Amino acid sequence: MDGSVLIAVASIVTAGITTGVGCMCPALAEGRAVAASLTSLAQQPDASATITRTLFVGLAMIESTAIYCFVISMILIFANPFWGQVIAHAAGK
Amino acid sequence: MNLTSDQRIFWQHGFVTLNETIVTTWALMLVMTVGALLITRKLVTDGPVSRWQALLEMIVTAIEKQTQEVGLAQPEKYLPFLGTLFLFVAMAALSTVIPGYQPPTGSLSTTAALALCVFIGVPLFGIEEQGFVGYLKTYTQPTFIMLPFNIISELSRTLALAIRLFGNMMSGAMIIGILLTITPYLFPIVMTALGLLTGMVQAYIFSILAAVYIAAATRARKPKPAPAANP
Repeated sequence: MDGSVLIAVASIVTAGITTGVGCMCPALAEGRAVAASLTSLAQQPDASATITRTLFVGLAMIESTAIYCFVISMILIFANPFWGQVIAHAAGK
Repeated sequence: MNLTSDQRIFWQHGFVTLNETIVTTWALMLVMTVGALLITRKLVTDGPVSRWQALLEMIVTAIEKQTQEVGLAQPEKYLPFLGTLFLFVAMAALSTVIPGYQPPTGSLSTTAALALCVFIGVPLFGIEEQGFVGYLKTYTQPTFIMLPFNIISELSRTLALAIRLFGNMMSGAMIIGILLTITPYLFPIVMTALGLLTGMVQAYIFSILAAVYIAAATRARKPKPAPAANP
């Protein structure tokens, strides 16, 4: 297994695992956030504007970690810096 | 595969490049400025109000109310900054209905520039409100040991602002592109609608987070004034 195959395998496997983990954990966290806000909405319906706004801000913060994982996966697949070097090396040979 | 709209270059001379991001940004700025100029040429305060003026009034009062709810006592001071952030990102997201349009916020350069504006604006507003020494003292709240952590959090939340907006807009465009090769007829339209929704939510989040950061920096730590003497 020479260098280029290793880089390709590592990039693909890492991209897959990153997306997998990056989708699971924020989804769990967002589920808990929505559940808590639903409970508080049921208890105090007149604070619904504040609760909804805070819920959306919190969801965006949680979502941003999922977006970080997605961006890393996209970089590994489409804009891989190491793969570019491998291609240049193979073309130069 | 084009990850961002930076890679589509219209004109290049030396190291000056005119790529799609710049052209789209300037087109958006032109549309918004000319539209605002045209609508606010004849503002009426009483009597029948034109539709466009009513629309602008709705938007401005909504942003002002949201800014006040976040905790900023004088929203009119921060309204230009926060309103511009919100309107630019929202317009960039809404214009996706135009065919052949790529949102400029799908490029890390644009979102980094917006995040840098917030990064520079928050200390400026803080210094204006609390004075230079007073603002620097907020970095040592609640204890002096928190100084490196406060600085790190200042840098990381700017980075988070940029990457959050970039990731959301880029992922929308990318998902639509991938779906077009798999199921071309129904799902890309559904995903475009979802992209519109997330674009508006991200615009709201960006401006609300900027407002929260400004509110945290300008929270006055002056002593409470003495109650007015009763006559």
